[in-house]
Amino acid sequence: MVTDRRVEDQLRELAPQVLGALVRRFGHFDACEDAVQEALLAAATQWPAHGAPDNPRAWLITVASRRLTDQLRSDSARRRREDLDAVRDVPFTSVATDPADGQAPSHDDTLTLLFLCCHPALSAASQLALTLRAVGGLTTAEIATAFLVPETTMGQRISRAKQSIKAAAAPFTLPPPDERDDRLRVVLHVLYLIFNEGYTTSSGPHLQRADLTAEAIRLTRQVHRLLPDNGEVAGLLALMLLTDAHRAARTRADGALIPLAEQDRTLWDAALTAEGTALISAALANAQLGPYQLQAAIAAVHNEAATAEDTDWPQILALYDLLERVTPNPMVTLNRAVAVAEVHGPQAALEVIARLDGDERINTHHRLEAARGHFLEMAGHRDAAREAFRRAARRTTSIPEQRYLEGRAARISPVAPEQA
Amino acid sequence: MKYMLLIYGNEALWSSFSQEDFQRTIAETDAQLAELAKSGELVGAYGVGDQVLAKQVHVDNGVPAVTDGPYIETKEYLGSFTIVDVESLDRALEIAAKNPFAQVGQVEVRPLMHEAAVDV
Repeated sequence: MVTDRRVEDQLRELAPQVLGALVRRFGHFDACEDAVQEALLAAATQWPAHGAPDNPRAWLITVASRRLTDQLRSDSARRRREDLDAVRDVPFTSVATDPADGQAPSHDDTLTLLFLCCHPALSAASQLALTLRAVGGLTTAEIATAFLVPETTMGQRISRAKQSIKAAAAPFTLPPPDERDDRLRVVLHVLYLIFNEGYTTSSGPHLQRADLTAEAIRLTRQVHRLLPDNGEVAGLLALMLLTDAHRAARTRADGALIPLAEQDRTLWDAALTAEGTALISAALANAQLGPYQLQAAIAAVHNEAATAEDTDWPQILALYDLLERVTPNPMVTLNRAVAVAEVHGPQAALEVIARLDGDERINTHHRLEAARGHFLEMAGHRDAAREAFRRAARRTTSIPEQRYLEGRAARISPVAPEQA
Repeated sequence: MKYMLLIYGNEALWSSFSQEDFQRTIAETDAQLAELAKSGELVGAYGVGDQVLAKQVHVDNGVPAVTDGPYIETKEYLGSFTIVDVESLDRALEIAAKNPFAQVGQVEVRPLMHEAAVDV
């Protein structure tokens, strides 16, 4: 139903505002989060049938507050029964609608919530799950489906994450200024992981999965709206938009991957490319340089090429040189080698990746062998290329990638005797 | 990342356990599974029925034939498997090392294939 979809969008937008309002009023992040989730579920079942209330935000705050006070009352009653010592009673002021509940919030709690959900005490998997539930307003069942685990597993993960936040006694405030950059880096990484999780599985047999790509873009847009001058936030949003622009062209009907060079570029989304390019151009001109901006800049150069042959590889190589200087790591070196192959030829690229053979962080990774296969094939060493693609295929745990790599190996014809 | 922890064994291994040892091992396994469930890392865990209950299905010219089996002589056969969803291979190996069967035999750790793929 169209209305269901509209209600769902509206609820996701309101979720962090309602949660923020509750935590400010009552404390108890973990209990508030449960109460908001219950209020969202109540709204999702009642609103499509009976129509949305006049003031959705106030309605959600009222319902969630009632659930919360019921919960806290029964907890405290239980504690009284269990322990005859007087337990400090939680003061319950009236939860009748506060006039401010209906207004747009005077301050946006989305950022504070994001920092809290991406607290360094949590594992990455827990950060992702809690962010999607508390800030994204997704249900546990939706998140479980998205990550292909049972709902009870995801429920436990979220509840454990909330316990960790409680144990860390994390306050509901923005991190102090001296920690903010590091904490923001974690938030951006979590948003990037959510995007990747969605992007890599947005086609094929998992169409029932919640659209994590759209969710990641929506959340990153909110962060960008709240921190418009932060170059890395703009860079990440641009990177997501410029990558998502390829969506319609990146897989065949059967779900098989199509590499960038072979994609039908007329299927690329020009509006997303334009928006992403404008964002990254502005960020590069004004903000302090960072890795997301450089990756977005590389993506923008790819997207502006009408054909694969038109790609400005010298510019891409220059950007990778910068990226390697800003964030030296073997995966960046590997990606830079692809640009080296285009600019200086496959032999130069093979020399670049030869230096990675001794690096334990990457030397058993399938992408190193896949790149080697690509450069060997470019250089005409067909037998060695085939072997490299086969090694890569055996090392990946991704089904589409394995099919792609086996295809690359099979496509290389045997070396003719006179060439051997 | 999802990993499957496989425990293989055979009649000789299972019967080498005293009744007490067997009960203790089961209790330790249950405790570990409960802990993994609590941390949100457990996807599922199953013991598999004895080999005498195994069936083999083979389709010949479109006609399925079901036989008791397996007839293939194996020194060790699958006893149980656990699927976990964890941060890293290191964490999967840590879980495998805590499995009581790792002390008497081996726990095989295999990554599960998935649909995700980065741009190529």
